[in-house]
Amino acid sequence: MVPVSYYVALSAILFTIGALGVLIRRNPLIIFMSIELMLNAANLAMVAFARIYTVLEGQIFVFFVMTVAAAEVAVGLALIVAIFRTKHSINIDEMNSLKG
Amino acid sequence: MTFFYLAPWIVFFPVIGLLVNMIFGGRFSEKVIGTVASLASGLAFVCSVLLAYSLTGHPEAFRWTIGEWIHIGTLQLDWTFRVDTLSTTMMLVVSGVGTLIHIYAIGYMHEDVRFKSDLKRFRRFFVFLNLFIAAMMILVGGDSYLMLFVGWEGVGLCSFLLIGFWYEMDTLARPSWANSNAAKKAMIANRIGDFGFLIASFLMFWAFHSLQFDQVFQQAPAIAASNPGLITAITLFLLLGVTGKSAQIPLFVWLPDAMAGPTPVSALIHAATMVTAGVYLIARSAALYVTVPAAQFIVAMVGALTAIFAATIAVGQYDIKKVLAYSTISQLGFMVAGVGMGAFAAGMFHLVTHAFFKALLFLSAGSVILGMERGHHHLAHHKGHDEHGDPHEEVFDPNDMRNMGGLRKTMPVTFWVYLIGALALAGIFPFAGFWSKDEILANAQQGGFTAVYWLLAIAAFFTAFYMGRQIWMVFFGEPRHEAAAHAEESPKVVTVPLMVLAALSVVGGALNLPGVETLTKWLEHTVEFIKPSEFIMSVALISTALALIAIFISWLLYGRKPLKAGEVDPLKKMLGPIFTGMERRWFVDEGYKALFIDRYVDIARFTADVIDWKFWHDWFHEKVIAGTYNWLSNVMLNRYADQRGIDGFFNGLGEWTKNAAAGLRRFQNGFVRSYALFVLIGVVAILGYLLFK
Amino acid sequence: MEFILQPLTLMTFFPLLGVLVLLFIPSEKKNAMRWTALIASLITFLISIWVLTMFNASNPDLQLVAKYNWITVAGWNIQYYLGIDGLSILLVLLTTFLSPISILSTWTAVEERVKEFMIFFLLLEVGMTGVFLAQDLFLFYVFWEFTLVPMYFLIGIWGGPRRIYAALKFFLYTMAGSILMLLAILWLGIYQGTFSVPDLITKGGIDPHTQLWLFIAFAAAFAIKVPMWPLHSWLPDAHVEAPTAGSVILAGVLLKMGTYGFLRFNLTLFPQAAVQAAPVIAVLAVIGIIYGAAVSYAQADIKKLVAYSSVSHLGFVMLGLFALNPQGIQGGILQMINHGLSTGALFLLVGMVYEQTHTREFKVYGGLWKVTPIFGTIFLIVSLSSMGLPGLNGFVGEFTILLGTFGSTVLHSPWYAGLAALGVIMAAVYILYMFQKIFMGPEGSIVEEVKKHGHALRDLNWREIVTIVPLLIFIFWIGLYPAPFFHLMAPSVDKLTAAFQAAALAMR
Repeated sequence: MVPVSYYVALSAILFTIGALGVLIRRNPLIIFMSIELMLNAANLAMVAFARIYTVLEGQIFVFFVMTVAAAEVAVGLALIVAIFRTKHSINIDEMNSLKG
Repeated sequence: MTFFYLAPWIVFFPVIGLLVNMIFGGRFSEKVIGTVASLASGLAFVCSVLLAYSLTGHPEAFRWTIGEWIHIGTLQLDWTFRVDTLSTTMMLVVSGVGTLIHIYAIGYMHEDVRFKSDLKRFRRFFVFLNLFIAAMMILVGGDSYLMLFVGWEGVGLCSFLLIGFWYEMDTLARPSWANSNAAKKAMIANRIGDFGFLIASFLMFWAFHSLQFDQVFQQAPAIAASNPGLITAITLFLLLGVTGKSAQIPLFVWLPDAMAGPTPVSALIHAATMVTAGVYLIARSAALYVTVPAAQFIVAMVGALTAIFAATIAVGQYDIKKVLAYSTISQLGFMVAGVGMGAFAAGMFHLVTHAFFKALLFLSAGSVILGMERGHHHLAHHKGHDEHGDPHEEVFDPNDMRNMGGLRKTMPVTFWVYLIGALALAGIFPFAGFWSKDEILANAQQGGFTAVYWLLAIAAFFTAFYMGRQIWMVFFGEPRHEAAAHAEESPKVVTVPLMVLAALSVVGGALNLPGVETLTKWLEHTVEFIKPSEFIMSVALISTALALIAIFISWLLYGRKPLKAGEVDPLKKMLGPIFTGMERRWFVDEGYKALFIDRYVDIARFTADVIDWKFWHDWFHEKVIAGTYNWLSNVMLNRYADQRGIDGFFNGLGEWTKNAAAGLRRFQNGFVRSYALFVLIGVVAILGYLLFK
Repeated sequence: MEFILQPLTLMTFFPLLGVLVLLFIPSEKKNAMRWTALIASLITFLISIWVLTMFNASNPDLQLVAKYNWITVAGWNIQYYLGIDGLSILLVLLTTFLSPISILSTWTAVEERVKEFMIFFLLLEVGMTGVFLAQDLFLFYVFWEFTLVPMYFLIGIWGGPRRIYAALKFFLYTMAGSILMLLAILWLGIYQGTFSVPDLITKGGIDPHTQLWLFIAFAAAFAIKVPMWPLHSWLPDAHVEAPTAGSVILAGVLLKMGTYGFLRFNLTLFPQAAVQAAPVIAVLAVIGIIYGAAVSYAQADIKKLVAYSSVSHLGFVMLGLFALNPQGIQGGILQMINHGLSTGALFLLVGMVYEQTHTREFKVYGGLWKVTPIFGTIFLIVSLSSMGLPGLNGFVGEFTILLGTFGSTVLHSPWYAGLAALGVIMAAVYILYMFQKIFMGPEGSIVEEVKKHGHALRDLNWREIVTIVPLLIFIFWIGLYPAPFFHLMAPSVDKLTAAFQAAALAMR
């Protein structure tokens, strides 16, 4: 059986890649993919631990995360489309209207 | 057979009449409105007759309760009608004379120059008139002092409404506040009297624990024996009420001004019925008055002084209605003196006959005024062809006797009835006034009221004089104004009631002829204190002689050599300033104005503007309370404690925060990415701390 | 469900349902909002009639009681306690009766922010009904203060030119008095262990000296509300600036909260202090009667005249209450109703003419009886009722009050009633002055002035007649046949006066 540390290491690598993607990339689509990557990294960790400890909650959580991720992508893509319509660009550097 | 169950209907019929006119009157013609109102009053008269008839076989008082009114603890008041000989006498006078005047008013109001075919006004007049009959019936038909008071104030209201009937003008129909002022004056003077009535009723209630007539009268002798001062106080406060309603000194000033009302109103309310309510009140309270002779003397003196005082003023008036108004005050003085002396039958007798002949005089005066107005109208119409639309038309006063003269030829019917009324008022044998006035004089002499007797006798002399003066000035001589020359006789609807009243003024004395004493015996059932009055020949002779002398003097002054247009009154030439005093009503109104009315207005203004507003509202609340608060909060706390102390600390804190914020705001650049970076750094830091702590 | 279905609870809070509905009506549908408010207040009135049918007039005690524990922390025992008896039933009915009438009067007068107006109005009704029903001092205080807020906004938003000033003055003045009352309430709650009024009465036993202090603290709040001379300074401001419906409710109900407070709390909780203080209160009342009447006469503004006349009229009420005998107290309660009806009606009528003329200065009026006969006649009847003409409602109240005062064994002097009766004359002076200056005399300049703006001065329309006629019916009813009204309050008042006999005896 594959030791759990392998899974965790993979999960950590995936998460780091995702986080770096979010911070570095300018294209929101890529940022979304990176977010998915981070979520799936978490999923992987959860499934791995669930299997080790033979508890079901971790696996169930993963389903929740997947649902939420799907919903989030749907909302996020809609937002991007809406932003593109008004700004004719989806360059992330032009979106700083959160500044007070 | 008895008809006592009809008692409430003496009120209900007029009320129904006024409601019918008020609700449906909009669609009625003048005739229908007048008929409805007259019918309502007439039915009340029929009821009164039936009630009186019922009493002939059953002379004790009959009481008929229609509903509960105020019941609190020992205070038990009901809407109860009382049918006894005294109240039915009043009911008969009120509804009888009232009905005649209703009929007369149909004609009069139509003819009135101010009327101008305004049906709303016409309807309003008859609504008020019916309301008056209803209120007066409550007054005379009530079984307790408080129900009497309801009627008492009710008639006061009607008086207000009817004096102010032409509220937008003065007596000469010019736009003015005068008529409404007169109305207000009447009501307020009455209210002052009502104050007395109220206090009397409080005293009465706490002394007798009842306001019902029988219960009060039963206990009166016992209370009078133990506490005569209390009864004296009650009777004197009642007298204050009487002076208001019956226009006695000192509250008589409203009645002359009340002539601003239409003439039928002057006849009905301000001569025949309402103003006699005070006399009725004293007669009703006979049981109280007889227990306190001192109060009786005061009442008699007030009456006698009023009689002579008003008679002197009547001598100096030029307005035909004002003469009659002062004459009314004077005659009311006779009545009050009569009932005050304990001659209740005599007072009531004079009340009845006076209702006949004074209503007659007023209505005839109304007929004269109508005639003058017609003459003036004719004239204006005639002139109108030459001078088209002259805006500066001369103000013509149809009431002024100096404009009249010689009307006996143009208005014969009016002349004859007026003459009858005048003779009755002057007390000439065998007219009604002779008998009733004589009975009062006889009682004064017999009862030992010498001063009262002489005052009244002199007043009777003046009465005959001013009536003589009026007759000569109005009906004899030559017309002093073209309007008088063109005056026309009034229509039948006006003159027929006059003739009926004239007949009553002639034969009215038969009610209580010496020796027969019909009225005295009738009233005996109710007023137990009636003394049998004698006919004293010397008194009769003296008063007749005085009257004849007075008429002779008036002939010397006004009849022998009639007044010319623009000529000064011959009496004025003779008496000079005394006549001016009489003409100007002895300056009583001016005195009251300077002493009371202006002072009240001053006090009210001062209290309102200075004390309440400037001092209390503005100064105290704005300056003192709000100012102190502002001072405390602004100056004390804000400037010293706050700005230097607390503010110093907090301002420093604020400055520091501001500086810190200026540095920190650079991190807030709006890029989600950079926020995420901070989050990441934070998470790493926390994790690092957790791992390596 | 059981809680809300109790008749008194339902009656008190029913207007809230109207508020709820109003919240969902779009603000441009003004008529829908007016109808909603009107119907809500009408149903409340019907509920109060239902309460009246269940009310047993021969029982002097609290009836239809709704009682729940509310706040019971740390030994405090605050209850939700509603009850009705002969002292309050007429006032409750007056409240529920005047509310729909006032709402009807705003139909065309209030065009701005209708929704907020109606909401505040219904909230005010909740507060007022609660004040008259609360039998727990704490609950009473909550309702008492609660009425301030809607009234503050009614004056402050829909009022005249100086509305902010007037509203603030009204608020602060009333608050200042209430604070003292709150202290007294807390004292009672802490030292007597209960806030419930009936319990406090049965417990009794406060020593006379303390009673007097508590009496004064309560009296401070109520005297300002009445308002008694010399604390009346907020009244003319509030009345002049308030919109018509606000004035009607202010004069009709809010002022009665003060007199009712005296009746319900000062008289029942502190009988000995009441006996001691009666002469002082009576003197203030008599001064108020005469002062109010004199000041009324000198006003140039119609509404101000009516406002000051309230000072005079409520002086009569206070005098009657502190005669401490059945005639005085019953007359006092009836006079509260009478004042609500006739002064309420006067404010309505003044509002109706103001809506057309936009001025209340006497000097531009005159001769309106000819132009607007129905208006004139109704105004006359209402004025006469206010002046105490026998046969109309005002007289029954005034007469019984004066009669009671005259023979009061507590006041023990005829001078109070004698001087107060002068107020009857003075009332005639200012009332007739008002009537004359508006309706008699030559036509005032306002008639032309209104014509210049396109349409002539019109007489009352149907809505206005419908608004005013119910009041007229009661004006005549109470004047001619007040027996049902007296029967409703007699047992409770007898119970109250019996307590005074005991208190007076205890003091000897």
